[in-house]
Amino acid sequence: MPALHTVNKSPFERDALTACLARAAEGSTILLIEDGVTAALAGTRHAPTLTAAAGRFSLAVLGPDLAARGLAGRPLVPGVKVVDYDGFVDLAADSSTVVSWL
Amino acid sequence: MQFGILVNEGPFNHQAADSAYQFCKAAIGKGHTVARVFFYYDGVHNANRLSEPQADDRNVVRRWSELARDHGVDLVVCVAAGLRRGIKDELLAEGFRISGLGQLIEVGIQADRTLTFGD
Amino acid sequence: MNDETEFESGVVKRLMFVNRKAPHGTIYALEVLEMILISAAFDQDVHLAFLDDGVFQIVKGQDPSALEIKNFAKTYRALEGYDIEKLYVDQESLEERGLSADDLLVDVEVIGRDAMTELIDTMDVVFSA
Repeated sequence: MPALHTVNKSPFERDALTACLARAAEGSTILLIEDGVTAALAGTRHAPTLTAAAGRFSLAVLGPDLAARGLAGRPLVPGVKVVDYDGFVDLAADSSTVVSWL
Repeated sequence: MQFGILVNEGPFNHQAADSAYQFCKAAIGKGHTVARVFFYYDGVHNANRLSEPQADDRNVVRRWSELARDHGVDLVVCVAAGLRRGIKDELLAEGFRISGLGQLIEVGIQADRTLTFGD
Repeated sequence: MNDETEFESGVVKRLMFVNRKAPHGTIYALEVLEMILISAAFDQDVHLAFLDDGVFQIVKGQDPSALEIKNFAKTYRALEGYDIEKLYVDQESLEERGLSADDLLVDVEVIGRDAMTELIDTMDVVFSA
């Protein structure tokens, strides 16, 4: 089973996403939560980072955190799946371990 | 499946406690068990029964207490981190208890998955 | 679940504490050490990873006396006495910060990104501070 990695920081403010992408094993799932959801938006300065990672990882973003920030309808980096908290639980349950990049 | 949860941040200042709570609620709703939520670092402030948020906002402390009451979730506040921050028995909201860090390691060993929510 | 003093499961898990924050600016480095010391009592396979700014936690010559903050750096040297000997440092994190293994106050294994990736991926439980 692959690991689940969560990232809760905006890439515009901190480097948690970069740190995660550099250390997550290929095939892992990366879930963006809290302020980390801004990394999922298409067309931003940081979108190329996630776009480049889409081939190596399974990418997901927490929908309620997008919605809370008024970002729910925005285009996302291709390949990023939107999940709710139930989906977060499923991802955790289906993983070998959960790593939080804080 | 059994989940263990570590909460590193206090309520309100950071979303970590909210995310942890929503995760727990969803997990329980799906038939999983949350064996224990361990509060460490400033996370110990989640147990403060004197917390009185405004009426139109969520009550983070009470939500945890309800999770303990309704679903038997073990809410453990680290004794050392709590003492440092003045979180003692007399300040604990319903459903919380104070114990050692061993309780965190223990749930890490016994639960199927352990997740950290923090800053 | 039992009280910790009675705990005996026979289960040995691969636990990792991931340290990514510099010391003193926040309390994470100090309090995670308390967590690590307690984990030693559970006969588990404990690993410490120092990544990114976490490498500053184990730099030699720390003196927070003027800040009146506890100097907990010496605790890292005591870990060996608790049989916590699997300390891994991310090589690129060191290099990016102009540091080398000689700058560190404790014996560690400096490993590259690929080895770190593989190590993290084999863990059962990862605690993040």
